[in-house]
Amino acid sequence: MTNPLLAPLYWLLSAWSWLMFRLAEVTGLGLLDYPFMHRALLVGLCIGVMAPLIGTFLVHRQLALIGDALAHTAFAGVAVGLFLNAVLDFGVSPYLTAVIVAMIAALAIELISEVTDAYNDVSMAIVLSTGFALGTVLISLNAGGLSVSVDQYLFGNLATVAADDAALLLVLFAVIVGTVAVARNQLLYVTFDETAARVAGIRVNWYNRATVVLTAMVVVGAMQIMGVILVAAMLVVPVAAATQISRSFTGALLSSVVLAELAVLLGIGVSYYAEATAGGVIVLVAVGIYLVCVAAGKLREGRAEETEAPELDAMAADREAADD
Amino acid sequence: MSGEGSPTSSPLIDLDGVSFAYAATPVVEDVSLSVDSGEYVAVVGPNGSGKSTLLRLILGLEEPDAGSARLFGERAAGFDAGERVGYVAQGARDASSMPITVREVVKMGRFPHVGFGRLSADDWAAVDDAIATVGMEAFADRRITKLSGGQRQRAFIARALASDAELLVLDEPTVGVDAESVAAFYDLLDALNDRGITVLLIEHDLGAVTDHAERVVCLNREVYFDGPTEAFLDSDALARAFGATAGLVADAGGSPASEGERAGTASGLGTPPGGED
Repeated sequence: MTNPLLAPLYWLLSAWSWLMFRLAEVTGLGLLDYPFMHRALLVGLCIGVMAPLIGTFLVHRQLALIGDALAHTAFAGVAVGLFLNAVLDFGVSPYLTAVIVAMIAALAIELISEVTDAYNDVSMAIVLSTGFALGTVLISLNAGGLSVSVDQYLFGNLATVAADDAALLLVLFAVIVGTVAVARNQLLYVTFDETAARVAGIRVNWYNRATVVLTAMVVVGAMQIMGVILVAAMLVVPVAAATQISRSFTGALLSSVVLAELAVLLGIGVSYYAEATAGGVIVLVAVGIYLVCVAAGKLREGRAEETEAPELDAMAADREAADD
Repeated sequence: MSGEGSPTSSPLIDLDGVSFAYAATPVVEDVSLSVDSGEYVAVVGPNGSGKSTLLRLILGLEEPDAGSARLFGERAAGFDAGERVGYVAQGARDASSMPITVREVVKMGRFPHVGFGRLSADDWAAVDDAIATVGMEAFADRRITKLSGGQRQRAFIARALASDAELLVLDEPTVGVDAESVAAFYDLLDALNDRGITVLLIEHDLGAVTDHAERVVCLNREVYFDGPTEAFLDSDALARAFGATAGLVADAGGSPASEGERAGTASGLGTPPGGED
């Protein structure tokens, strides 16, 4: 992996590491003393931005399950990478093959839904199990030749985030954030009201395809820490939490990122000191945050009803308008 | 009609001998319909009569199997000047759970104009203007799911206004909206039509149609009537259209649920049109 194109990324990684060492000196935090933790934190921070960013465009269209389906096909991609490395001595990162396989699966799901006019959970479930089955079969076929345990892919691992994979994640991160920044208007319109977006001249199919491909990228990027089994949670839980406490779309997007970062940082910290698996802890923290947000949302709603009774208010305003 | 002074000479909507079928079931057969700038047209007909499909054909969301559908003189399915058309869906449609404010919804009306760019001060002015026109200033920063059905529909109208739409297409906009709000909603549509905006709507509430629309198209797969509202009231088009549905139900042996639905609508619509005033 001496690609000169990637040189700036490695420079970025070492600069980040330098920054973390300084932070360790200032704060005295033990977990910042290790370069692998620096990479894990960087990957975690990126996940905290890109997962809710894309998750927002999935959750509000009842597509939460798609992340799970793609994560399992990504596992097949990992198996393909391990297979190529073991049998043909390719030396390719399994995460790279995972991105490719997951993106192909994403497009397949989308094209099927375009033809059948519906995302249906049956086809999603079939894709999910096919991916996972393919992965386990490929891995078992090569069990003799494989020295790498698949646990890190299934459950994620803070300690195994290699520099190459962190660099790959930075590329994915840039593509995802860049695409959403450019196409945010269209993505919002398509997510909120697909028919009206179509009427407004937006090429809905292209944005749907883009969304699922970006989802595949998020899934593989986040897999390094979260693992196949838990990765979809980061697409869904922070977004669901933000929905409870936000009024506007912009507000929900920002708070979902803040909540995801909170879950990631708390989760990594707790898992480091408690020696528990990071993916699981992060998800548990995220779910905890979600529950707090549900309670906060209900409380606020209750108080709003007491003070202004918005429904009655709304009807009164309608009546006024009718009288005009 | 009220759109005099419009430079457009070709009709905004022009369907010529359009037929369309889902799988093997014909939904719309040999429908020709032309709507000029400034008109106020209501499409009525029983449930399952192809009204919504007709809208989809007009908007280019479906391609006709036979005949041609043109929008602003262009082939409807390839039409891409989306800012000229405002679409408002059924009021009772499950509201998206998405947290989004009225202003953010109305803002979408500017998206066809700005593309990938940011909204300029002028764009925001158009948004505020549209919100004011529909009388929703006080609710601009409210989450849209917390509003009443009537207010929500006004927000969607505002989105169309913000995009400078010349044609408003509404699919049963007042389903699930309380009676007083319906009246306010139609007053708003009248005012917009007076400003020269062409209105085409599907409506199940015959009273609203006869009170407001200038022209009625009665559809049940085929066009049973197309003409001024007064002439529609004097015709037997509605009875014939519903008779055709009764035949259809018997032929198709439809599911009990859909039969019940049809029967329900038929009785609602079947009251003498004049009697609702």
